Amino acid sequence: MDTLLLSRIQFAANISFHILFPTINIALCWFLVYFRLRRGAAQDKESAQGWEEAYFLWTKIFALTFALGVVSGITMSFQFGTNWPGYMEKVGNIAGPLLGYEVLTAFFLEATFLGVMLFGMERVSTRVHILSAAMVAIGTTLSAFWILALISWMHTPTGHVLDGNVLIAGDWVKVIFNPSFTYRLTHMLLASGLTASFFVAGLSAWRLLKAPQDAGALRTLRAGALVAAVLAPLQVLVGDLHGLNTLEHQPGKVAAMEALWKTQKGAPLVLFAIPNEETRRNDYAVQLPKMASLILRHDMDAEIKGLEEFAPDIPPVAPVFFAFRVMLGVGVLMLAFAWAGSWILRRRVPRWLLWGFAAMTFSGWVATLAGWLVTEIGRQPWLVTGILRTADAAGRVSEAALGASLAGYAFVYSVMLVAYVVVLTHLAREGAEP
Amino acid sequence: MNPAFWLDLPLIFAVLMGAAILAYVVLDGYDLGVGMLMPAATDAEQDVMVASIGPFWDANETWLVLGVGILLIAFPAAHGQILGALYLPVAAMLTGLMLRGVSFELRLKAKGWHAELWNWLFWFGSFLASFAQGYMLGRYLTAFQPGFGSMLFSMVVGAALCGGYVLLGATWLILRTEGELQKKAMAWTKWGLLWVALGVALVSIGTPLASEIVRDRWFDFPRTLALMVLPLATLAVWLWVWTRVGKSDWHPFAGAVAIFALAFAGLAYSVFPYIVLGGITIWEAASHPSALKVTLFGVVLVLPFLIGYTVFAYRVFRGKAKAGLYGH
Repeated sequence: MDTLLLSRIQFAANISFHILFPTINIALCWFLVYFRLRRGAAQDKESAQGWEEAYFLWTKIFALTFALGVVSGITMSFQFGTNWPGYMEKVGNIAGPLLGYEVLTAFFLEATFLGVMLFGMERVSTRVHILSAAMVAIGTTLSAFWILALISWMHTPTGHVLDGNVLIAGDWVKVIFNPSFTYRLTHMLLASGLTASFFVAGLSAWRLLKAPQDAGALRTLRAGALVAAVLAPLQVLVGDLHGLNTLEHQPGKVAAMEALWKTQKGAPLVLFAIPNEETRRNDYAVQLPKMASLILRHDMDAEIKGLEEFAPDIPPVAPVFFAFRVMLGVGVLMLAFAWAGSWILRRRVPRWLLWGFAAMTFSGWVATLAGWLVTEIGRQPWLVTGILRTADAAGRVSEAALGASLAGYAFVYSVMLVAYVVVLTHLAREGAEP
Repeated sequence: MNPAFWLDLPLIFAVLMGAAILAYVVLDGYDLGVGMLMPAATDAEQDVMVASIGPFWDANETWLVLGVGILLIAFPAAHGQILGALYLPVAAMLTGLMLRGVSFELRLKAKGWHAELWNWLFWFGSFLASFAQGYMLGRYLTAFQPGFGSMLFSMVVGAALCGGYVLLGATWLILRTEGELQKKAMAWTKWGLLWVALGVALVSIGTPLASEIVRDRWFDFPRTLALMVLPLATLAVWLWVWTRVGKSDWHPFAGAVAIFALAFAGLAYSVFPYIVLGGITIWEAASHPSALKVTLFGVVLVLPFLIGYTVFAYRVFRGKAKAGLYGH
């Protein structure tokens, strides 16, 4: 296997593993602030106890998730140097400060306040305790701001200037607020919200299946379902806007997402197909005529550029196409569950619904990872669109060393992921003891 | 006024990076050290040991991210060279840190033999990370020369650093525990001191042998006489720590930190102004000034805030550690 592909797989494995945990925690922290506030505002004993148990249980889950995010995040900061030296060489003067700000403002806020938030309940006042939780939440959200600014710049670079052979920032405002930034940031923050909502709802449902009287779990199930019901339609809207923005700035990626090989007016929406890279056609295609033009350009006869316009610089089509459909499919499922579930939960808590929510616990992970695969694979062969190709950024590590490190990471990550899920489901099932 | 005269950005960042690395080594050093001492304690004592480091390890590790982060952002060419040359040791260290990190949580929450496994991995992760770090230092000092001599030297440095971390961990436990466990910690401190003495001796002899640049720096009369202050001060602190064990709770830890600081000063002197020994200097490796300025702005803004709240966290959790504290 060639070393470039190995390096790409390794980076993808590292960053995919890492993203699982902040995606939950960015929003979960805000949930914790909410649970803590509800505990403070509770009027009767049952309510107070329920919210308090919820707060303690979910704090434990947050801490476990945070530990996994931290350790995999540390690995990320080394990946750039070990595997992609060309990246820092060419665009380091822009990537560096943005990565630095992510680390400085966010990571450090979290790490210092987290200790107080997790262990300080008896040692600090209620106000300081809630404030610490809010600081951690702000920290994680800020972290998303900086890293998404960098990632978006890699997709739609603006504000840069050439200095000799390398890039430097000409205008930091243009660098940060590049064309795709606000869309991608909002899309990701909503993704975190949805992931955490289904995570909370699912694990609460899991608990209720064992202990239907658990007051805390019932409250958190309803909270998760309701937040999801509000966020899901917003995400549909933002996702659409993000797609339109991508059409404007990265039309090649959209062509891959829709498996549109030829430029055409009235482009069909391909529901399912096996894209054939050799023949540059879709085999076994099931499609709706003109619908892609309608969705993308709001005009059934509008012209959509096909992959042929961007050859030979086109991304691998099949992964982008399928990942996009997975993301959309899970998204629709989330919307249906959130709306139907919230409605039903107003009056009753049927067991079949609990099983349903439990099954949807990690739906956010699936959708979020699928979405990231779409956007990152969709950007290939570019690492920074139009400026740096992925192939030109790779380092010269031997195949043996790469194979060893990839195998090592894959093994450790698998073990940690399994352990995480096992402990999580056990914790959720047994409930909290404060 | 031309900023270039008084604002040597690469130098400022080199100092910041050095400070971050020293902070990391001292802070994560004590918690990795405690991790390596786990097998020498009973189950109940292990819980107290974990409680003594539990609230801090996340924050301690962030200094590593800061140190490597500054290397990445301020000295990207060096970052690529160094981490490329240290590819496998870095992967080993990261694996160790990951295993140790998740073991904090999993050794308490897993059931049955899984809990035992994660307890063992807590020790193993601590050891692997510590040894790998020392190995990396050894490789760095030999300017990444290939060959058996360099590898052997690096393994010696690896073992020496483990000893140093055990010393930090044991003296930390003297500070944070009481009763039987504290007595054990005092015994461990003495072992740690002997280990460190041997380690420092071997590394001090080995480094000039392994690296010509370092040899020239140190063995250059009459400068050598002035430089003898460092090893003499280290010996003095070492003796002082030995005598203070049993007589003071916090002196041994302070002394251990001082030994690390002195060793670090010696290393910094050996290496500066190179960032890759015998290769590029900090000025050659540095990013464009525009990138450095922007980053410095953020660092200056955040660092005091960060230090302040780190101090706050250590104050909130001061006092003797109790087992239940991390049993959340």
